[in-house]
Amino acid sequence: MVVTSQGKLTTPTTPPSAAVTTTATDLGPTPHARKVRSARKPGRSTPTRSAAARRRDLPAALVLILPAVAGFAVFFAYPTLRGIYLSFTDFHVLTPPQWVGLANFQQMFGDDVFWHSLLVTVYFVALSVSFGTLISLVTAVVLHRVTRSSLLRGVILLPFLISNVIAALVWQWMLDPSLGIVNSVLKHLTGHSILFLGSGGWAIPSLAAISVWKWMGYYALLIFAGLQTIPSTIYEAGRVDGASETQMFRRLTVPLLRPILVMVVVLTVINSFQVFDIVQVTTRGGPANASNVLQMYIYDKAFRQFDFGYAATLSLALFALLITVTFTQLRLARANESDLT
Amino acid sequence: MAVTLAPGPTATAQRHTRDNSRRLPLGRIAAWIYLGIVVLVTLFPFYWILRTALSNNYKLATNPSSPLPVGFTWGAFERVLGIASTADAQAQGGSGASIDIALYLRNSLVYASVQTVLIVLFSAAAAYAFSRLHWRGRNLVFNILIAALMVPSVFTLLPNFVLVKDLGLSNTFGGLILPGALFQAFTLFFLRQFMLGLSSEVEEAAIIDGAGPFRIFFRIILPMSSAPIATVSLLMFVNAWNDYFWPLLITNSENVQPLTLALGVFKQSSPQAAPDWAGLMAAALVAALPMLLLFLAFGKRIVNSIGFSGLK
Repeated sequence: MVVTSQGKLTTPTTPPSAAVTTTATDLGPTPHARKVRSARKPGRSTPTRSAAARRRDLPAALVLILPAVAGFAVFFAYPTLRGIYLSFTDFHVLTPPQWVGLANFQQMFGDDVFWHSLLVTVYFVALSVSFGTLISLVTAVVLHRVTRSSLLRGVILLPFLISNVIAALVWQWMLDPSLGIVNSVLKHLTGHSILFLGSGGWAIPSLAAISVWKWMGYYALLIFAGLQTIPSTIYEAGRVDGASETQMFRRLTVPLLRPILVMVVVLTVINSFQVFDIVQVTTRGGPANASNVLQMYIYDKAFRQFDFGYAATLSLALFALLITVTFTQLRLARANESDLT
Repeated sequence: MAVTLAPGPTATAQRHTRDNSRRLPLGRIAAWIYLGIVVLVTLFPFYWILRTALSNNYKLATNPSSPLPVGFTWGAFERVLGIASTADAQAQGGSGASIDIALYLRNSLVYASVQTVLIVLFSAAAAYAFSRLHWRGRNLVFNILIAALMVPSVFTLLPNFVLVKDLGLSNTFGGLILPGALFQAFTLFFLRQFMLGLSSEVEEAAIIDGAGPFRIFFRIILPMSSAPIATVSLLMFVNAWNDYFWPLLITNSENVQPLTLALGVFKQSSPQAAPDWAGLMAAALVAALPMLLLFLAFGKRIVNSIGFSGLK
């Protein structure tokens, strides 16, 4: 899921020049590195290819793209359109869907649980995005300043490789109110223990912390890759001018990193809005709806109450929300512009 | 955890300002201390999984903060692997209900590897057609496909569930694998981007020798793209291995369910009052082990791929 959403932003956020450089450096042995530049405009500018060649390639091309196009049509385009259609129907899986117009939307706007779960989701997103981005940024910058060790980078990436389910389970165990190590230590230090996942006030912050733990390394490495594209001459110039480390961080690193920071923020926002696994494994939306995030609510509607029509409406709302938030962010951040050029 | 970490950044920043006149060691020390904390917080849960998995579940309660396994035993692993007798399992705090982890392991392997092989093959084929072949409408079709990146998976999940159910494929490997096996915008985009940059000299020589597009694809383009294909395969495999939501929707029998779901089953089957944490952690470790092994083998490639896939 991550990987998919990550591709989403790559085109708009990075200038093509950066793309070429990273392709060349990161793929290791690249005899083509230099040719990448010259071959940037494929097809159109190849004089050797004639109209005849175009006709000759067509049958082969159709065969080669067939599986992808079929997959796109059947499992992507069709479900997307069907999802929109279903959101206007009353559909309980076993009987055929019945058109009800805007009834689902009316129900949604008057649905207190929906508004509550939207609020809970936004709270979760705010926490995981702010802490996630801040910690990833600092980690990446510190890593970049003191070491090139790819072992260390690998270590911080470890949580990214295990499933959300395992991350959720181990944290649930560590945060266990009576036997968890975190509470043992807390009791030792303060005399109190905290119902991390079991109390209304702590459930969302705890889930956000788990999510930050799981994703921090991944985003830190994205930012780290961005740092590597900033030429060191810029810092040397800064040093000659007598800039301090903090000044260089604020005046050089952050502005030059903006496209990548925007991308990281947008990715965290998109991922956090769709949070499900860790909630489903730990709190199941509880206690008393305190962590009933949107995706959890949709799942509940569809698979516990079998109200597919309404669940489709809720997904459409989440989709619309994601698109709006993403575009607003990209626009606000002027993500396409890099200060590097 | 966020709470513990939050002071880190500010502290580092302040120290940076202070030492500026003297430069170094202090700033460097602060940086290393920060990194030390990050690594500790990152790795500790992994250690805790191991420590708990090697403990006796009943005795865990007697010494919850012991850094070493409490009442060291392989019992939890035996319960998870189904080689402990029911009596033994219950004596150590297990439920006695066994899960057939070998079966779930097989399911995860089938799901992740079949899906990875298919999606990478089909994406590479399409990427080749979209990058090296020349045909009318190429860019238009590509742009339509790539628009899929804009639709979040949450939106297609429910209709896809209905579709797969209508096709009679729910609770089969077909239904589990197929939706993600033919087309994924990211893999296609990733591989096409690489193939666009390949030199055309070898290809043109092959054309002069009379090789057709398929021959060129299998004999020239695929081998030349082995590095990005390996990278994208790793990412896809990790993704499928860790997938939870789609299998949760589409499967309900242990003949198809992957390990991620088995962990949930295992958790629910243990008595509510005192979950079998030792057993759960042992199961988690077994489930995570393939990823950890992959990481040991291909760590560097995975680490480098992150920057690449994110930036490109």
